[in-house]
Amino acid sequence: MKNTKAARATMKSPQAMPKPYVLRLYVAGQTPKSILALANLKKICEEHMHNDYSIEVIDLLERPQLASGDQILAIPTLVRTLPHPIKKIIGDLSNTERVLIGLDLRPQG
Amino acid sequence: MRTKGKPTKRRIAGLAKSPSGIAGLDEITFGGLPTGRPTLICGSAGCGKTLLAMEFLIHGVLAQNEPGVFVAFEESADDLTKNVASLGYDLNDLCARKKLVIDHIHAERSEIEEAGEYDLEGLFVRLGYAIDSIGAKRVVLDTIEAIFAALPNAFVVRAELRRLFRWLKDKGVTAVVTAERGDGTLTRQGLEEYVSDCVILLDHRTKEQISTRRMRIIKYRGSAHGNNEYPFLIDDQGISVLPITSLGLQHKATPERVSSGIASLDLMLGGKGYYRGASILVSGTGGTGKSSLAAHFVQAACRRGERCLYFASEESPAQIMRNMSAIGVDLAAGVKKGLLRLNAIRPYSYGLEMHLLTVHKLISEFRPSVVIIDPITNYISLGDHLEVKSMLTRLIDFLKEQSITALFTSLTQGGSALEQSEVSISSLMDTWVMMRAIENNGERNRGLQILKARGIGHSNRTREFLITDEGIELVDVYVGPDGVITGSARLAQRAIGEAAAVVHRQEMQLQLRDLERKREVMEAQMMSLRAKVAAQEKNSNTQRPRASRREEFKPKQSAKLYNEKH
Repeated sequence: MKNTKAARATMKSPQAMPKPYVLRLYVAGQTPKSILALANLKKICEEHMHNDYSIEVIDLLERPQLASGDQILAIPTLVRTLPHPIKKIIGDLSNTERVLIGLDLRPQG
Repeated sequence: MRTKGKPTKRRIAGLAKSPSGIAGLDEITFGGLPTGRPTLICGSAGCGKTLLAMEFLIHGVLAQNEPGVFVAFEESADDLTKNVASLGYDLNDLCARKKLVIDHIHAERSEIEEAGEYDLEGLFVRLGYAIDSIGAKRVVLDTIEAIFAALPNAFVVRAELRRLFRWLKDKGVTAVVTAERGDGTLTRQGLEEYVSDCVILLDHRTKEQISTRRMRIIKYRGSAHGNNEYPFLIDDQGISVLPITSLGLQHKATPERVSSGIASLDLMLGGKGYYRGASILVSGTGGTGKSSLAAHFVQAACRRGERCLYFASEESPAQIMRNMSAIGVDLAAGVKKGLLRLNAIRPYSYGLEMHLLTVHKLISEFRPSVVIIDPITNYISLGDHLEVKSMLTRLIDFLKEQSITALFTSLTQGGSALEQSEVSISSLMDTWVMMRAIENNGERNRGLQILKARGIGHSNRTREFLITDEGIELVDVYVGPDGVITGSARLAQRAIGEAAAVVHRQEMQLQLRDLERKREVMEAQMMSLRAKVAAQEKNSNTQRPRASRREEFKPKQSAKLYNEKH
């Protein structure tokens, strides 16, 4: 998270296959919440997606123009762009259950 | 800034204000919204919040060269652009010139899952980016409460909004925040707790099926402001608020006089007509010629080259012009020259305040020197006594302030006292001309009286009022033993007078002829006498010597006698 580009590179799966899960994590600077969110996300992806994912971290302080594209209000926000439909999960992702529900990785309830 | 306590006088003067460009709003706020502070505009749905905010922004761009950001939570940029296009503003152009940014923030509750702690930094980033991209000075958040619906945690939203308003202040932008009115509170989410520098409440009330929009400034920290509820109007030029308070009695009085358009009425008014800037009431029952009197006044004003505004609530402009041309008053000429504007509207179209507002607005646009309201009584049914009187007072104050000569006609209901003007408006008027129907001998004639004319030595006589093809004429009425005599009775009276004069003339001629005859007789007698004398002289000339001697002697004798006596 010290260098977003580096972070993105490390988070990308080494395989070149199209990823079923395309995730974007919007943050605004390196706040404790952002750092926590990224750590939580990595953990969940490792555990539940078996490398079938890509994560892009967008720091809005660096690229504020990207905020409107995904209608970002809350920080941090995780956007699942693929598979459809688009899902948004806001918060530091510390509630794993809810993240999994949000990502359709677990049936609700 | 919020904790600085009660502002001192110097601070009031020092509070910078951003003009909103909305007619009237800047007057009641004494200059505009507080610069660099957020202003809350609250009101129920459809009362004009978005429009007011948008006008504030556009005016900032066009008139103050202050770029603006419009953050729309409810409408898309496209919709907004279309909505204000009807007011003649091209938002696309403003956006292209980098004077305006419209950002549609849309958050769908169903798409959002909450998993842990978050804040609204994303909103701050977007807003900051939009502000910085064009150097915006004005920001509108419309309607920010939509966030409460989009995000699950109201506590977070509340805390973040509090931070947002502080942040906007730190940014130094003048912000307008709109919010829905809540049940018993100003806003549904209690935003007034956070935005407390300036709060404006918009209201849309319906009374007896007539709706009126009203505006009230609930608070304005650090500044004086108008406290009343002010009606406002949304039309093709956007919002206009009129600070319709009583302007007081500060207006100037001019000695200038204006003709009433009827020479004989001018004569009754001291020979010169009404005072300029006076309020004139023409009251009377139906069909007594009130409108005709008003039309004469208008025609005269147009001929002087003055602008007239005629508010009619009973006839259409075309009908007024046709009817007046039938009595020889040409109003069409004034209309053609642009000096006369006829504004016909049914009184029930608006509420009382809205009428007043319309009148204000038209007067401010057209700048007339003569205003006719025909008839004023039509407005009286729109409100209760107090409202009507207050409206009229404000209207008259406004007209006097502008030195506008105003003529109001007032329809007196048949059966009520003639001198009873509705809602006692007569006390507000400077000149009161009363028209009345005089009924006798099976006919109805018109009479005219001047009941009062402040500052004018006016005639106290009742005149008969004739409407002819060439306009109005005032004739002296005959006052007989049964009261005033008008119409055919007056004509009959005049005929009697004329007959008497003829008889008198004939008598005179007779007398003259008699004299002539007598003189002729006398002259004839004199002729014959002279002839006699001449004949006698002739006779005596023939015996001349003797007689002449005697005659020569006689004077000497008498002279002697005379000398002896003295």
